[in-house]
Amino acid sequence: MSEIFGIPVQALMAQLMLGLVNGSFYAVLSLGLAVIFGMLNIINFAHGALYMMGAFLAWMGLEYLGIGYWPTLLLAPLAVGVFGIIVERGMLRWLYKLDHLYGLLLTFGLALVIEGFFTNAYGVSGQPYSIPAQLSGGFNLGFMFLPYYRGWVIVASLVVCFATWFGIEKTRLGAYLRAATENPQLTQAFGINVPMMVMLTYGFGAALAGFAGVLAAPVIQVSPLMGSHLIITVFAVVVIGGMGSILGSILTGLGLGVIEGITNLLYPAASNTVVFVIMAIVLMVRPAGLFGKEK
Amino acid sequence: MSAAVEYLRIRDLHAFYGESHILHGMDLRVNRGECVSLLGRNGAGRTSTLRAILGLTGKRTGSIMLNGRETIAMTTHRIAQLGVGYCPEERGIYASLSCEENLLLPPRIGNRGMSLEEIYRMFPNLAERRHSPGTRLSGGEQQMLAMARILWSGAQLLLLDEVSEGLAPVIVQQLAAVIGDLKSKGFTIILVEQNFHFAAPLADRMYIVEHGQIAAEIAQDEIETKQELLQEYLGV
Repeated sequence: MSEIFGIPVQALMAQLMLGLVNGSFYAVLSLGLAVIFGMLNIINFAHGALYMMGAFLAWMGLEYLGIGYWPTLLLAPLAVGVFGIIVERGMLRWLYKLDHLYGLLLTFGLALVIEGFFTNAYGVSGQPYSIPAQLSGGFNLGFMFLPYYRGWVIVASLVVCFATWFGIEKTRLGAYLRAATENPQLTQAFGINVPMMVMLTYGFGAALAGFAGVLAAPVIQVSPLMGSHLIITVFAVVVIGGMGSILGSILTGLGLGVIEGITNLLYPAASNTVVFVIMAIVLMVRPAGLFGKEK
Repeated sequence: MSAAVEYLRIRDLHAFYGESHILHGMDLRVNRGECVSLLGRNGAGRTSTLRAILGLTGKRTGSIMLNGRETIAMTTHRIAQLGVGYCPEERGIYASLSCEENLLLPPRIGNRGMSLEEIYRMFPNLAERRHSPGTRLSGGEQQMLAMARILWSGAQLLLLDEVSEGLAPVIVQQLAAVIGDLKSKGFTIILVEQNFHFAAPLADRMYIVEHGQIAAEIAQDEIETKQELLQEYLGV
């Protein structure tokens, strides 16, 4: 009971749990990237900064306004979503007819500006954000201790991912979205306000990133650079899963989180690189990604 | 024709794709309930005329009056919402949507759209294939679907681009019957056709398009007398 392949079960479970928590963040973030890329054809480099914004808004809300965790979980993503909409209306929409590269450069620049703003205001050392009272403590499962908050992160992420998948694949609004992704001009010719859908899609993707940021705030230190640390791995996740596949990005995110966790146990030195090694292998075998369709 | 109500009136329409000037002063009119065919060679500007009506080309100048409203400055979705249904040449069936999702995609305009039962009675194949992904349907079924989709929307002006192209004769006959049926139901139809023999019996009037302009107009009862003209422009 106490060892599998010479690894203590307790350590294995703890790493699996950590992997699932990280995987949840990867899943929510890569989902947002996939939705945005599908609709706008823009590789949203600002995604990490939006995630950081979500976490910072949570911290600022508590610090300055005394808004607790639960209202923040709704308000911060909403605010990040509105910010996303302003960015889309004000800047991104002028780039749709140009090469992908312009969107990438703009969002990359935007990420630097947002990070610079927060670094200037708060420095790079992290701000602590405590776990809400209702979720402190944990279960003793016998073979391991499961902190409530980690369990909550996983459940909340899965619910949001599933709801997004359901909304896109099974509802009428989702059918508009799929149609507009596939053939925007024709979809508009059927009387659907495609420019508005594009705007809302970017807002929604941004809100997803903000949501992940709020979820992450109590787990890691809230710091201006938290997004740029994470986003590189998330991009690798998206490449592995395949751009534009909703279910693919969710599954790949969770799976890679777990693989990272297990690697951390077997060969800790490789835990930061394992995702990129997998990316290289996937690119050799299936250039469009595990769930992507080759064009 | 004197009692006819003008439904679409295009005056001096110029349209561009980027730098290239594709329509050079189109002038045409379509009355309510009329079926008008645009004939002409490939590249003459027939498809571009349909696309320009919906604002799907680049820059447009001139005037497009639709049911008494000027639409030249409107966005595509606003024009569609006035009751324009577009059945594109490439059919435009979405691969990521099922047959029925394709059918139900356009938001309803007013309350004049056909019911699902009515549509499935008209196109029984679509009922059978309703859960298949849109692009798994045969060419004929996809064409039926593209037509059915705009009937669902409740559009009153139907822009049909090369609906008979590449289909088996038996399907073409079915389509002709459907269009005849739509005419009798009072739809206003613009039929862009390569196939003169398909369009001739359906059209009340024909316009011949050449170099992005109307080159000639032929009424149904003039087909016999204007054979030379048809020969000259279309080779039929």
